[in-house]
Amino acid sequence: MNRLLPRLLLAPAVTTLFLWMIVPLGMSIYFSLIRFNLLQPDQHGFAGLENFEYFVTDPSFSVAVLNTLLLLGSVILITVLLGVLIALLIDEPFPGRGIVRVLLISPFFVMPTVNALLWKHMMMNPIYGVLAQVWQFFGAQPVDWLTEHPLFSVIVMVSWQWLPFATLIFVTSLQSMNREQLEAARMDGANYLQQLRYLYLPHLARSVAVVVMIELIFLLSVFAEIFTTTGGGPGDASTNVAFLIFKQALLNFDAGVASAGALFAVVLANIAAAFLIRLVGKNLDK
Amino acid sequence: MARSRLTPTLMARTVLAWAVALLLFFPLAFLFLTAFKTELQAIAVPPELIFSPTLESFREVHTRSDYLLFAKNSVITSVVSTLLGLLIAVPAAYSMAFFRGPRTKDILMWMLSTKMMPAVGALVPVYVLAQYSGLLDTKLALIILFMLSNLPIMVWMLYSHFKDIPPEILEAARMDGANLWQEFRRVLLPLGMGGMASTGLLCLVLSWNEAFWSLNLSSAKAGTLATLIASYSSPEGLFWAKLSAASLLAIAPIVVFGWFSQKQLVQGLTFGAVK
Repeated sequence: MNRLLPRLLLAPAVTTLFLWMIVPLGMSIYFSLIRFNLLQPDQHGFAGLENFEYFVTDPSFSVAVLNTLLLLGSVILITVLLGVLIALLIDEPFPGRGIVRVLLISPFFVMPTVNALLWKHMMMNPIYGVLAQVWQFFGAQPVDWLTEHPLFSVIVMVSWQWLPFATLIFVTSLQSMNREQLEAARMDGANYLQQLRYLYLPHLARSVAVVVMIELIFLLSVFAEIFTTTGGGPGDASTNVAFLIFKQALLNFDAGVASAGALFAVVLANIAAAFLIRLVGKNLDK
Repeated sequence: MARSRLTPTLMARTVLAWAVALLLFFPLAFLFLTAFKTELQAIAVPPELIFSPTLESFREVHTRSDYLLFAKNSVITSVVSTLLGLLIAVPAAYSMAFFRGPRTKDILMWMLSTKMMPAVGALVPVYVLAQYSGLLDTKLALIILFMLSNLPIMVWMLYSHFKDIPPEILEAARMDGANLWQEFRRVLLPLGMGGMASTGLLCLVLSWNEAFWSLNLSSAKAGTLATLIASYSSPEGLFWAKLSAASLLAIAPIVVFGWFSQKQLVQGLTFGAVK
C-alpha cells in the first residue's frame, strides 16, 4: 500500500472544508475594512476600523451578546436538567415505553420554522392560544408571551426542540450501565439518592459533555426561530448576534458592518470551540 | 425479560412518564388535529376535540402555494447534498480510521471547529458570491451549502463508526490482493453500512429542516418547505387550519422517517462517545 493513497482520499474533504473556512473569512476581513453597502455597490473606499467601531458601539451589540449567552446557557441548562430527569424516569421498562420514546423524540424532527409558528400562533397567542386558555381556566390574566417575554419565548421553543435530543442521548447512555453493580448497591441498601449520586450521575458525565458540545454547535446560530416569530424585537429584546448580523446585512444592506460583526461572531465561536474541544477531546479519548 | 409486577412505584412511574411524554407531544398533536378542522372550529373556545375532519385546508394550501414545488426542492436538496457529502466524507473517514497518522486527531478537531463557526459569519461572503455567480435562489447553491455545513459532522460520525471495525479484516483483504474498490465494496460497505446509514439519515434530517441558508438564499424558485412555512408568518398565521395543514405537510415526511430511524440516529449523533 503506498503512502499517497490515504492522503489522496482525505484531500477532497480537507480541501473543501479549508476553502469553506478560508474564503468567507478572507472576504469578511476584506469587506470589514471597506465601505460596502449593497445599495451603493460603486462606493468602495477604505474604511479602516470604522465598521468595527460602528458594530461594537451600536447599542444593540451588547444586548445581542448578552442574549446569545442567555439563550445558549438557558437552553443547555434546561435540556440537560430535564433530559437527565426524563431519562431516569424512562430508563427501566414500563407499559408503553416504546410509544413514550417515540412521542418524546418527535419535536426533534420538526423544522425550526414550523416550531416557531406553532408556538407563536397556536400556543402563545394572547387571545386564542392554548396557553392563554389554560391561564384563563385558572383565572389568571393571559400573557402576551412574545411581546412581554420575547427572549423567554424563544428559549421555550428552542428547548422544546432540543430536549428530546438530550433525553435520548441520556437514555442510550443509561442502557450501558453496569446492572450488576446497580443490583449490588440496591442489595446493600443504597437509597435512590445514593444510587443517583454514586452510580447514575457519574455514568452520565460523558454524555452530558457530548450533549453540551452538540447543542453549543447548533445553538450559537439560532436564527429561524427569531426570524419567524419576534423578528428580534420588540426593540432588541430577542436579538442574538446571528440575527444582528443578518439585520445589518440584509435589512440595512450594510455588508461592511455585517462583515465586521461576522468576524466578531467567529472570534466568539472560536473561544467557545477552544474551550469545548479541550473538554470533549479529553472525554472522547478514553 | 420477565414482566415486572405492577407495583405502586411502577404505576407512579408509568403515569408520570406518560404524562411528560404527552405534554411534550401536545403541540404536535394539536397541530395535527387543527389541520383537519375548518378555520372556525380551529379557534373555537374551548378547543373542539371531537369534530368531523375535513381536507379543506389541505386543498387550499395546495392551490394557494405550489406545495409540490417546494416539497420537490426539499427532497432534491436534502437527498443530493447528503449523497454528495457521503461521497466526500466516506473516503476521508476511511483514510483517517485505517491509516492513522500523527496528525489525524488534529485534522479531526480542526474539521469539527469549522462547524463551530456560526453560519451567519459566512452570510455576506456567501450572499455576494451567490449573487455574482448567478446562484441566488438555485437548488445548486442550497445543495452545496447544506453539504458544507454537514460535512464536518459526517466525517466525525463515519470516523467513529469505522474505528470500531477491526483493521485486520481490511488488511487480510489487501493481502489477498483486493484493490481499493474491492476492499470498499466487499469489506467496508457491508461492515460500515450501519454507520453510513445513520450518518446519511441524520444529514437528511438536518438538511430537510435547515432554515438559515434556505431563508436567506432562496425564495420562489428554489425555496424549500422551511421557506414556504416561514411565509405563513403573519397575518396568515391567524388562519390556524391552513397554517397547520401546511406545517403538517412539511414535517410529516421527516417526522415519520425519524420515528423509524430514531435509534440509529441518536447512536450516530453521540460520535461513538456514548455506547
